[in-house]
Amino acid sequence: MSSPILQMKDIEKHFGPVIALAGVSVDVHQGECHCLLGDNGAGKSTFIKTMSGVHKATKGEILFEGKPMNFQRPRDAISAGIATVYQDLAMIPLMSVSRNFFMGNEPIRNIGPLKFFDHKRANEITMAEMSKMGINLRGPDQAVGTLSGGERQTVAIARAVYFGAKVLILDEPTSALGVRQTSNVLATINMVRKLGVAVVFITHNVRHAMAVGDRFTVLNRGKTFGTASRGDVSPEELQDMMAGGQELATLEGSLGGTV
Amino acid sequence: MVTSNPSPAPVADERIKERSSLRKALVRPELGGMCGTVLVFTFFLLTAFDSGMFTSQGILNWTLVSAQFAIIAVGACLLMISGEFDLSMGSMIGFAGMMIAIFGVTLGWPIWFAIIVTFVLCMGIGALNGYIVIKTGLPSFIVTLALLFILRGFTIFLPQTIERKTIIGGIRDVAEGDWLASLFGGKVLTGLFQWLGDAGLIATFERGVKAGQPIVDGVPMLVVWAIGLIIFGHVLLTKTRFGNWIFAAGGDAQAARYVGVPVSRVKILMFMFTAFCATVFATCQVMEFGSAGADRGVLKEFEAIISVVIGGALLTGGYGSVLGAALGALIFGVVQQGLFFAGVESSLFRVFLGIILLLAVVLNTYIRRMITGER
Repeated sequence: MSSPILQMKDIEKHFGPVIALAGVSVDVHQGECHCLLGDNGAGKSTFIKTMSGVHKATKGEILFEGKPMNFQRPRDAISAGIATVYQDLAMIPLMSVSRNFFMGNEPIRNIGPLKFFDHKRANEITMAEMSKMGINLRGPDQAVGTLSGGERQTVAIARAVYFGAKVLILDEPTSALGVRQTSNVLATINMVRKLGVAVVFITHNVRHAMAVGDRFTVLNRGKTFGTASRGDVSPEELQDMMAGGQELATLEGSLGGTV
Repeated sequence: MVTSNPSPAPVADERIKERSSLRKALVRPELGGMCGTVLVFTFFLLTAFDSGMFTSQGILNWTLVSAQFAIIAVGACLLMISGEFDLSMGSMIGFAGMMIAIFGVTLGWPIWFAIIVTFVLCMGIGALNGYIVIKTGLPSFIVTLALLFILRGFTIFLPQTIERKTIIGGIRDVAEGDWLASLFGGKVLTGLFQWLGDAGLIATFERGVKAGQPIVDGVPMLVVWAIGLIIFGHVLLTKTRFGNWIFAAGGDAQAARYVGVPVSRVKILMFMFTAFCATVFATCQVMEFGSAGADRGVLKEFEAIISVVIGGALLTGGYGSVLGAALGALIFGVVQQGLFFAGVESSLFRVFLGIILLLAVVLNTYIRRMITGER
């Protein structure tokens, strides 16, 4: 395997007296889908916020394409090529798909000294990118509010890829979705990975992780519990690691293996 | 790129209803404002046609009032779309007028300099409004409510302390022939109106020193400013990158920040633009009346917000239209002056206004849901 595009080494993050991350190490390669699993409070959110420049790590090293990185704000991470799609903050429902797609990256058309938003180009690109992702729009001016939750995630992913993301962080993209929408988003993740983008997929649903993941890292209580490659680990083992050991196994027995 | 995975041919989704192009053209944020305008004009053409409302003076009368509303509505509209309010607009109007009078009359500065300093000062206060809102994270409703009282207090305190009165006059004398003052107090197209008067198309004075001159002798600069600001606001909002940022900042500030939109800068600039509009209003008013009064602009902030809401903007931000706000201002002005022409008891104006506001908000909510799929 090639050298990793993004390496997070022994990341620690303290919030005052609270140690949210106590040494987490993860590396991500081009074209792989690296699943980050963990129960609530395991430190998943803090970890990806450190990766995307929202938080600054207290200790530890971030290497991006082999070079040490020091992100001060999300903008730094975005311009380096690390894009994050947040579960509920991906899109603005009142705005059109095309305005959302180019939000912050509007194409410009010059008329004399004046700069205008090039709506024609924005609309064409939006329609083309959406149809690549299998979303049929009534028109580029259709409001995002009329799309389903899965479609909104897909638009956000398409946007990040279009604007040159090398690493795509997805924060629980499937946790609020129905079955059909979930499979659509998982298919999109699969497609993006084949384009050579490194995907970091955060979830606490083992089945969703198993569907697209190449490698799995489990976080527990602010530490890396372990990393396993596809085929080396069973869903049950992942489930147990997430829960931190044996408790779930007994619980699962009483629930008849439904968790 | 993946070649083995050809993109699926676009198939029509059976769950999306086909829509006629007429419906597409009609379902816009301004639709409510357009319906209201047609309704209001029909009403007054039927009830007040003979009252002089549609003679040249009558038209000038309600055009002026509507233009006043429009100037402040454009500022309030862009600010509201960016997700904030400015309740200090009315006080700002009084304050700006008073500062021009104090600088120009009491201190005797050249009037162009007094106007420029007032603009800088007021836009600075607008920026302060925005800065406090951004830094503290408090609702702009509360912050600008505080400024409403502070500015009004100064507007009464300063002339009382300096001149021992609350109205400062004599501005017309000092503004005579000033290049900048004429941009706010003059009239344009006077030649056209003289020609219309000579041709007998509009009423002229029949006797006295002005005999033969048209009664309405030009378009006041106030109207020119209103039209200019409406066009500027509309182009800025719909045709530029910055306009997209205004929508984004009001739609969801956090989501906008995540993709790199400078939300704080957008909001502070919109507070400054609102202050600019209030100052334009104040300058035109001071030039027209020749005086500045401490009670000018009272309740104007609500008139601006009412115009914007009639025009289809969403109170919580992220959605709206400058053209809609302009139509809202037109409806507001025509109703206010039309009831006077129609001879309706003036206290009933508030009843009409309340009914129109309620109808507009209900209709606009329905239209907005059709467009954005809100539930």
